[in-house]
Amino acid sequence: MSEGTRTIRIEALARVEGEGALTVHLREGRVEDVHFRIFEAPRFFEALLRGRDLTEVPDITARICGICPVAYQMSACHALEAALGMSLPSPLRALRRLLYCGEWIESHVLHIAFLHAPDFLRFESSIAMAQSSPELAEQVRSALQLKKAGNAIVNLIGGREIHPINVRVGGFYRIPRQDERAALAETLRAARDRAHALLRWVAAFELPAADHDYEFVALRHDDEYPMNEGRLVSNRGLDIAYAEFPNEFQEHQVPYSNALQCRRKGGGAYFVGPLARWNLNHDRLPPEAQQAAAESGLTWPCRNPYASIVVRAVEVLFAVDEAIRLLDTFEPPASAFIPFEPVAAEGVWITEAPRGILYHRYVIDTVGKISEAVIVPPTSQNQRQIEEDLIRFAPSVLDLPDDDAAWRCEQVVRNYDPCISCATHSLKLKVIGR
Amino acid sequence: MIAQPLTVLNTRRAPRPRLGVFKFASCDGCQLSLLDCEDELLAVADRVEIAFFREATRRPLEGSFDVSLVEGSVSAPEQEAEIRDVRARSRFLITLGACASHGGIQALRNFSRVDDALAIVYATPETISTLPSSRPASDYVHVDLELPGCPINKRQLLSVLAQMLSGGKPRIDQHALCLDCKRQNVVCVLVAHGSPCLGPVTSTGCGVLCPSYDRPCFSCFGPAPQPNTASLAERFQAIGLSADHIRRLFQMFYNQAPEFLEEARRHE
Repeated sequence: MSEGTRTIRIEALARVEGEGALTVHLREGRVEDVHFRIFEAPRFFEALLRGRDLTEVPDITARICGICPVAYQMSACHALEAALGMSLPSPLRALRRLLYCGEWIESHVLHIAFLHAPDFLRFESSIAMAQSSPELAEQVRSALQLKKAGNAIVNLIGGREIHPINVRVGGFYRIPRQDERAALAETLRAARDRAHALLRWVAAFELPAADHDYEFVALRHDDEYPMNEGRLVSNRGLDIAYAEFPNEFQEHQVPYSNALQCRRKGGGAYFVGPLARWNLNHDRLPPEAQQAAAESGLTWPCRNPYASIVVRAVEVLFAVDEAIRLLDTFEPPASAFIPFEPVAAEGVWITEAPRGILYHRYVIDTVGKISEAVIVPPTSQNQRQIEEDLIRFAPSVLDLPDDDAAWRCEQVVRNYDPCISCATHSLKLKVIGR
Repeated sequence: MIAQPLTVLNTRRAPRPRLGVFKFASCDGCQLSLLDCEDELLAVADRVEIAFFREATRRPLEGSFDVSLVEGSVSAPEQEAEIRDVRARSRFLITLGACASHGGIQALRNFSRVDDALAIVYATPETISTLPSSRPASDYVHVDLELPGCPINKRQLLSVLAQMLSGGKPRIDQHALCLDCKRQNVVCVLVAHGSPCLGPVTSTGCGVLCPSYDRPCFSCFGPAPQPNTASLAERFQAIGLSADHIRRLFQMFYNQAPEFLEEARRHE
């Protein structure tokens, strides 16, 4: 069987956001190469932003991704506000963090229950999972209700779940009323038990063993678990401001993909997302979330990418509690937004999208038009790391039939919750040879 | 819009009707709307067979579909054959959202040369395969029903599916958003605040979202039937908007819809 070559192909990865493929080339039992190919058609956002007014950027960049539009709006607004020399008062800052909590909840729960859990329990989909037993149906139903609570946040603060309309450069259009905020806080209090149940459920999954010395990269803030602000740090001593990102990281074009791959300059792959945040910021989680994490059996540090599903559940729990805290302590600002006059300037920012750091850089001219835009989404950054994980992993599935081998490889990819729509502003599995 | 009388989803038919969800160039937001139907998703899954939905299930693409939901624009060369294949497999084809129905926000690139856009984003553009423009499904195949929105309204989607499940003709309201504001007593942002609101020329569907957030409508749902865009643009001029600003208002998510395309041209 080890004669010649074998190819394991996944022509179109399922249960990921967007279109991608995977090709694993094997020769005489060894992995020769892995291509994580993103064939989502390019959408050219960085080009079509040129000449648009800076006030239009949050609405346009939101359309890069229907799953994490808030992330695009947050990185865009902060980068543009940095260019304009603005900083927002604390109530507006709190409202943005609250909005991000909503997106983390709905995006993470979607991934945990709908895209990833079926891998651990060997179902083709969560719908098939729900139809297999009353207990699993209840898990899925409960997850749907939890996701709905996340959506309720984005709905109120953003106006709607997908492509929110209430976010603007300088703040918001309208501050939610006290009665609306109180009702939302009640919805979230009712969701807390579901968040704990979700964590207990995934913590009981049998995680494949894996341990690798990754470079984890995430934001780190003086006293908060990072969302909208912080310095960019890694477990290998990186500690930089947003503007230094291009000095340390570089986007590469690979011939088999429509998404650019981002790597460390002079280095290689790095790891962004929930596992990176946990490893670099677990001490910034409030005591309740830390205790729940400890009870779930999650270790620190944790170098097993399969544990990402557990970290996501910890972050969901954290985000629910954080959202309640932000609502309970909210003091309405005098004005929903801070007015500004355009100046010719450049602005750079990074926020923590559900899948990891999202870099935006804009150059604006004297009348407030965009003359240059650079967007580096988390999936572009994780792409090379996904390929390297597969190069290490593929030999362990060589003896399995192609279908099974492909499924196991897909699971490795889904550890990263890749968002392909984002990465082309894109994934498919092929395994070639044996 | 009234589709042909059809009873393709009538559950008296056995077996359960097959539903397919297909993605072209898009943000995934419209298909996510289906997963965002938290209270109805499992019920829908009991009444129709979700036979293809790559974002939700590993099931491979096989056979034909009673109803296909198509998200995204035709934007890469291989997608031209794919949309024809989806049509050939489908009894009733519904496009979801601005991208599938009109090319979407990414059709803004249709206004410039594709090589220029490629060069801005990619270091070696020659390895990227793309069509010169971002096109709606209807440029290639017959579309039975277009659900508007960027993103679609999930209530509208559920309503269409429910209408079809009961054997009725699926239809959606298409009056101008402006009427909804009047019915719901939402203060007119154009009259009261002089904000450039596209509500008078935009199709209903969002639920009066922006005006209820003190924001003028920016037309996520595209042109209403026979929109008087010229008159509205005149009003915008009168409240002090530049030609460039007016052009950009009509060049957002529905920049290729004929009515908006024309109006934008008048302000170049």
